[in-house]
Amino acid sequence: MSDVVERTLSALPALLGPQHPAAGPGRLPATSRLGSLIRSITALTSKHEEEKLIQQEIASLKAMVSAPTTTLRLMKECMVRLIYCEMLGYESSFGYIHAIKLAQQGNLLEKRVGTLGYDLQSTNLVEVCMALTVVSQIFPREMIPAVLPLIEDKLQHSKEIIRRKAVQALYKFYLIAPNQVQHIHDKFRKALCDRDVGVMAASLHIYLEMIKENSSGYKDLTESFVMILKQVVGGKLPIDFNYHSVPAPWLQIQLLRILGLLGKDDPRTSELMYDVLDESLRRAEINHNITYAILFECVQTIYTIHPKSELLEKAAKCIGKFVLSPKINLKYLGLKALTCVIQQDPNLALQHQMTIIECLDHPDPIIKKETLEILYRITNGQNVTVIVQKMYAPDNGWFIQTMNAVFSVGGDALHPDIPNNFLRLLAEGFDDRKEDEQLRTYAVRSYLTLLEEENTFYPQKFLQVMIWVLGEYSSLATDVDPEIILTRLHSLLKKTFVTSDTKAWIMAAVTKIASRTSCSKTIDKLIKEFSSSLDTCMRQHAFELKHLCEDKVLMKNLLPFDASCNDVVVDASLSFLDGFVVEGLSHGAAPYKPHHQRQEEKLSQEKALNFEPYGLSFASSVSSSGITGRQSPTGLSFGSDTSGNSAETGHKETNTLKLEGIRKLWGKEGYLPKKESKAGKPDEPQAASCGNLLAGRVTDPSASQSDQVSSFSEEEKEKQQLASTLFVGLGSNAGVSLMGKMDVATQKFKRKSKINETQNSEEASDIQNSDASTFGPLLDTVPVNKEDCEGNKHTRLRKPSLCSSDTVEDNLAFETPQSLKKPGLNDRLSDSRLSPLSLFADSNIEIFQPSSSALCESANKTSSVPSLPKELEELPHSEVVELCQSDALALYLCKVWKDDSLLLALFASNKKGSALNAVNLVFEKAEHFQILESPAHQFSVIEAQSVEHCQKYVWMDKICTQGILPGSISYQSEMESCLEFSVTLSLLDFIRPMEMTTEDFGKLWLSLSNDVKQNIKMLPSQDSLSAALSTLQQKLKLHIVDIIGNEGILACQLLPSVPCLLHCRTYSGMLALWFRSPCSALPDGLLYQCQKVMEES
Amino acid sequence: CGATCLHAPWQRCWNEEGVPVSEDTQQQIIRETFHLVSKRDENVCNFLEGGLLIGGSDNKLIYRHYATLYFVFCVDSSESELGILDLIQVFVETLDKCFENVCELDLIFHVDKVHNILAEMVMGGMVLETNMNEIVTQIDAQNKLEKSETFIFQSPRQDR
Repeated sequence: MSDVVERTLSALPALLGPQHPAAGPGRLPATSRLGSLIRSITALTSKHEEEKLIQQEIASLKAMVSAPTTTLRLMKECMVRLIYCEMLGYESSFGYIHAIKLAQQGNLLEKRVGTLGYDLQSTNLVEVCMALTVVSQIFPREMIPAVLPLIEDKLQHSKEIIRRKAVQALYKFYLIAPNQVQHIHDKFRKALCDRDVGVMAASLHIYLEMIKENSSGYKDLTESFVMILKQVVGGKLPIDFNYHSVPAPWLQIQLLRILGLLGKDDPRTSELMYDVLDESLRRAEINHNITYAILFECVQTIYTIHPKSELLEKAAKCIGKFVLSPKINLKYLGLKALTCVIQQDPNLALQHQMTIIECLDHPDPIIKKETLEILYRITNGQNVTVIVQKMYAPDNGWFIQTMNAVFSVGGDALHPDIPNNFLRLLAEGFDDRKEDEQLRTYAVRSYLTLLEEENTFYPQKFLQVMIWVLGEYSSLATDVDPEIILTRLHSLLKKTFVTSDTKAWIMAAVTKIASRTSCSKTIDKLIKEFSSSLDTCMRQHAFELKHLCEDKVLMKNLLPFDASCNDVVVDASLSFLDGFVVEGLSHGAAPYKPHHQRQEEKLSQEKALNFEPYGLSFASSVSSSGITGRQSPTGLSFGSDTSGNSAETGHKETNTLKLEGIRKLWGKEGYLPKKESKAGKPDEPQAASCGNLLAGRVTDPSASQSDQVSSFSEEEKEKQQLASTLFVGLGSNAGVSLMGKMDVATQKFKRKSKINETQNSEEASDIQNSDASTFGPLLDTVPVNKEDCEGNKHTRLRKPSLCSSDTVEDNLAFETPQSLKKPGLNDRLSDSRLSPLSLFADSNIEIFQPSSSALCESANKTSSVPSLPKELEELPHSEVVELCQSDALALYLCKVWKDDSLLLALFASNKKGSALNAVNLVFEKAEHFQILESPAHQFSVIEAQSVEHCQKYVWMDKICTQGILPGSISYQSEMESCLEFSVTLSLLDFIRPMEMTTEDFGKLWLSLSNDVKQNIKMLPSQDSLSAALSTLQQKLKLHIVDIIGNEGILACQLLPSVPCLLHCRTYSGMLALWFRSPCSALPDGLLYQCQKVMEES
Repeated sequence: CGATCLHAPWQRCWNEEGVPVSEDTQQQIIRETFHLVSKRDENVCNFLEGGLLIGGSDNKLIYRHYATLYFVFCVDSSESELGILDLIQVFVETLDKCFENVCELDLIFHVDKVHNILAEMVMGGMVLETNMNEIVTQIDAQNKLEKSETFIFQSPRQDR
């Protein structure tokens, strides 16, 4: 290594030489003094000493160079040393001007000496060149006036290289101090018109910069720039300027940028450049890196200037080339281009959505980041959730600070899930232990600083988060004395704005910290203070702390470090008391009823409000202390608390999955069943035969579809699904067609999840089965697997091997509802081709049969009855109703409830004997609804006595129970006529079942924050939970996720993708409904509908 | 991945203020840049979004990998990425011409020449010259001058 240093040093004078050409005579003393400086530096042992030495050196140099007595020789020597200092990274800008002077002097010297006998002219040239190079690299602002005239002179120099460098130097000056070079603007113009291309190119830098600041001042130059570009593109430049046979690519890039700036928002200027841009696009076709650079600039310019559709089309194609390129650099630029243009042209994103999705999982983080940028730009109300899920925190600091902001601003209005999830994230951490610790330490420090500020008010929830983190992880910040933290917490305890709830958190934190410190004055003080507190809770905490402090070993065992995620094994069933209970019962004691049950009974008698919080499982599973408490059937453990009680044998049937009564999901009327009689068992054979027929019809298309399906890989489908959620609401055409494809994918998925679900529920029933058996030892009054108990029978049916005695009939009766359980629209096709049994499904779900009376009625009215096209006929749809009519034209409407939208099929029927021209259908803008494509449709001509139809896809924009979508239809017969009409749309038109597993339901439930709870009375006709739920399922298109005991969970979504979850529970004739949704208005709307249907039925 | 050579002064060329960055910062920039660049696979793109170190998100690192060497340019948004990639190519080809089969030792021992070449191409942070022949001519002229001076002032420096 020292050898390298040695050689570098020997090369040093060469470096200094050219910059200070006159340094020659001073060389010997210079090198020796420099040598001694270098030697003394290398002899030093610390950075500190070096700094000191250099400072001394610089100070002495400064004095020397400013002194007028300093000889030229000495000056040069000083320069050498200065340069060395600067190389080491020390500030020595004061020397620059001397260096420049020196260089100039050098020239003079050379000129004056003149006797040296070599070609003065050429030497001078090179030296001037170098002086200019130096000027443009390092130059202090205040020295500009001194050298400006010199440089201006050089603009007239005969050699182009000098002129070019002079221009470049001026550019540098412009950057540093724009106002100092203002007076020479016309000189820039001269440079632009220079006969040498290089000089002109150099001047473009300046122009780019100036136009960036003020584009309006240079519009007159547009034609010149266009001219230049035309010449360059046309290959008029000398061949020297070609790079890989592309004429002056960098120059082209520069020009394109300038044009972009000039043409922005200026149609007239843009007009001038369309031709040349087109030409550039066309010429840049050689497959080389640099042509792509030009193409990219072209595309950016085209999208920046006033648009011209022809060019835009070409540019879009170009972007496609980039995005689809296998070359990663081009892909990156393609994404970048997309990012820029996506707001102007969202359809482009739709075209490339699959590529974008792929890039989201690209191994290169840069590509990933750019993709996220695109997603960020296309974020809208419909896809924001999905997109945000794809984002991530750049680093720990950002994350903690963002959360701090969220907590301080959101305050106590925050949903409790947010702080809870945040704490869980901190506690559970990631895979990387080191990173976890960094995150936690960062959090601790950040909170300590926040708490340092006296008299700052923080929301309770934020305080609790801070306190918990300090209690749990403060020891990670090793340099902070725990005593300081304890003092902070102690002072918080005395603040008036701290609620008693938060005080409990503080005490817990103090206890945790105490377990990690030996002894602390603050803790002693705290114990003393609160042992006599009037607040019993605090007193309790203080006593606990006191006793724990007396037994440090116990305390350490009790409060191990970072154990918040470890499961604490608690025998919540209190099984160790079994003996005691049995004894009590045998002595005639009344069986135990949990507190809430007693309260409920009391309340239902009193018909009073229900105060019991029946939501989060924790409370109920603890309080139930029933036998079932040991195994909660779902992740959520919707406390199946009632089942564990001997007093409730009547309820026991609900212990297993309730499958009865849900059989009839989709009646013959299709989606919106009306007055269909209860689908009883007598109907079934009929339905079955009918189902077979239908099945035959349905299977064919689905078979061909399934072929198509198999050609996609699972992964691809997943991506498509993601794509449809991400690009929702972006464009219309492409979006819809893609969603069409999507159906296929989702079906597959839902199928899969269905299987899972079946497994889940099977497990659940297993568990419940074993629950039932555990009744034995404790409550021997209850017969195990009581034969007449319906619920148990079902349980056994699940496992035919265990109960061979049961009949096949039963099995069948069981299977049918099983396959019917998920009547989602998506499933229809997949169901129909999966098993013969599931064909029943179709018979029940199927298709609106136009044989109903409605059709006959309408048939009476007009001769030509519009009917839905084939592909829509198979989807659930409403009757065809008349919207308006005149003697010439009638307009009919049919609502088709598609999976992804509501489709309004409109039929315009010409009743006359002659053709109608220019029939224009327009929907007005409605507050609540959004028509996905254009709100208008034009039938150019409707032949006599014939029907034309058009389709409009509608989403609900703002939630309302019912709204009106007004419109009008105008036509030309003898005279211009116009008919007005309105379409009534209800919330239910936009509600679709949402398939999910119980587990997913649980996760989603916890993440949602808008709550609506209501108890409604159940009518005697539907007193069982399952009856009530099936009503909801039929009428509201909710999807029954699971039924456990007297609780049921349902899910639906508002198109396009706003979920709403419903948790139902029955008790003594009441149905408690609990909605949750990310959208606050949705639960209200649904609740209203629920109440309505429950009253109606 | 072998010896790697990153030259801080190259980045300094792009430092618009012309104020020297302290050595510590220089070293840190080099370290971080090396850390970032060397971690990247062969099949990822040649652009790196800048961190705070290189002056915020507007700036970008563009690099090319030649055998054991990384050539890293730090540019702001006014440069064309692909243009810079090709500029690096021109730079390396020019180095190759000037040094006749350039290798990393040339760059280490003649860092001054490397700087001169770069200064011909990039002046004051702007691309000035991309014509290789022109650059080589300039450099040759400078070399000639340097040699003649060396001769005149009887420099003790040995020829390379």
